[in-house]
Amino acid sequence: MDSYIFYGLAIVLLILSFVKDKKKTKMALKKAWKAFENILPEFLVVILLVGFLLAILNPETISKIIGAESGWFGVILAGIIGSVTLIPGFVAFPTAAILLENGAGYMQIAAFVSTLMMVGIITIPVEIKYFGKKISILRNVLAFFFSFLVAAIIGMVVM
Amino acid sequence: MKKLLKRYRVFLIVLVAMIILTIVNQQLGIKALLITGNSVKEMLLVIPPIFLLLGLLDVWVPRETMIKYMGEGSGLKGVLLAIFIGSAAAGPLYGAFPVAAVFMKKGVKFMNILIFIGAWSTTKIPMFLFEMAALGNKFAISRLLIDIPGIIILAFILSKMVSKKEVEAIYENAKSIE
Repeated sequence: MDSYIFYGLAIVLLILSFVKDKKKTKMALKKAWKAFENILPEFLVVILLVGFLLAILNPETISKIIGAESGWFGVILAGIIGSVTLIPGFVAFPTAAILLENGAGYMQIAAFVSTLMMVGIITIPVEIKYFGKKISILRNVLAFFFSFLVAAIIGMVVM
Repeated sequence: MKKLLKRYRVFLIVLVAMIILTIVNQQLGIKALLITGNSVKEMLLVIPPIFLLLGLLDVWVPRETMIKYMGEGSGLKGVLLAIFIGSAAAGPLYGAFPVAAVFMKKGVKFMNILIFIGAWSTTKIPMFLFEMAALGNKFAISRLLIDIPGIIILAFILSKMVSKKEVEAIYENAKSIE
């Protein structure tokens, strides 16, 4: 839904820009295309790898590994699974809800959701292109451990 | 042509691997290809407007304005703006990196860029509504309350872990990407 808002916003601003200054608008379009084309090879690799990973990991398999009794071992596993997968946002939460129904625990789901959103092993080539190796790796490692803190707190709050 | 082939080399290798996989294990291969198709659809929905907005931002918003609001010395204002822009965004995390590159070109403070990346990754407003519906209010609100300070603290730690020189190199690199 929100992607349509962005389309609308982009189109309205583009028209405004065009009315104000054709030359600048052309430059903006050129820049937009160049920025996109620049990252396209990495995008395509990411998308293929995601397809492959999600084909192997389905909700039933995941919830078996990260059941409510799996404890911290399950939390760590959930964190790893979340780190290596990349699920579009509007699929992620319904998926997490299905995992809960299939017996996954809240703490494990918290670790899964948190790493899913904050840690991106598959997208690290894209990240490195912009931020360099050091920052990219550090960011992902920090976010990975932070997710366990999130899991611990969620585990205490939501029962 | 040769240059193009070199840039898309990894993609071609993975593509061939997928085709081989599909021949060996049809069921798994087809499933993977279907999911890939879905991701392409998602990418087409989200990515083009982001890049259009980026192009417009680059051309229309002067560097001085961005520095004033989000640069060195922008203080709390810069932090809040970074969180807000990141949270209002749409799309997967990899969409945030090109935005970060334009921010660098416009002189946005490094810590604010890291906060922006953090917010984009995990406190997106539309996603928050989704999360409340799917996993319950308690879950979603607790996570949000941990994440907001978490993002700022992580950004602070990260920005302290790199030297000024390294940050400069990253900013230089952002210029060359565009």
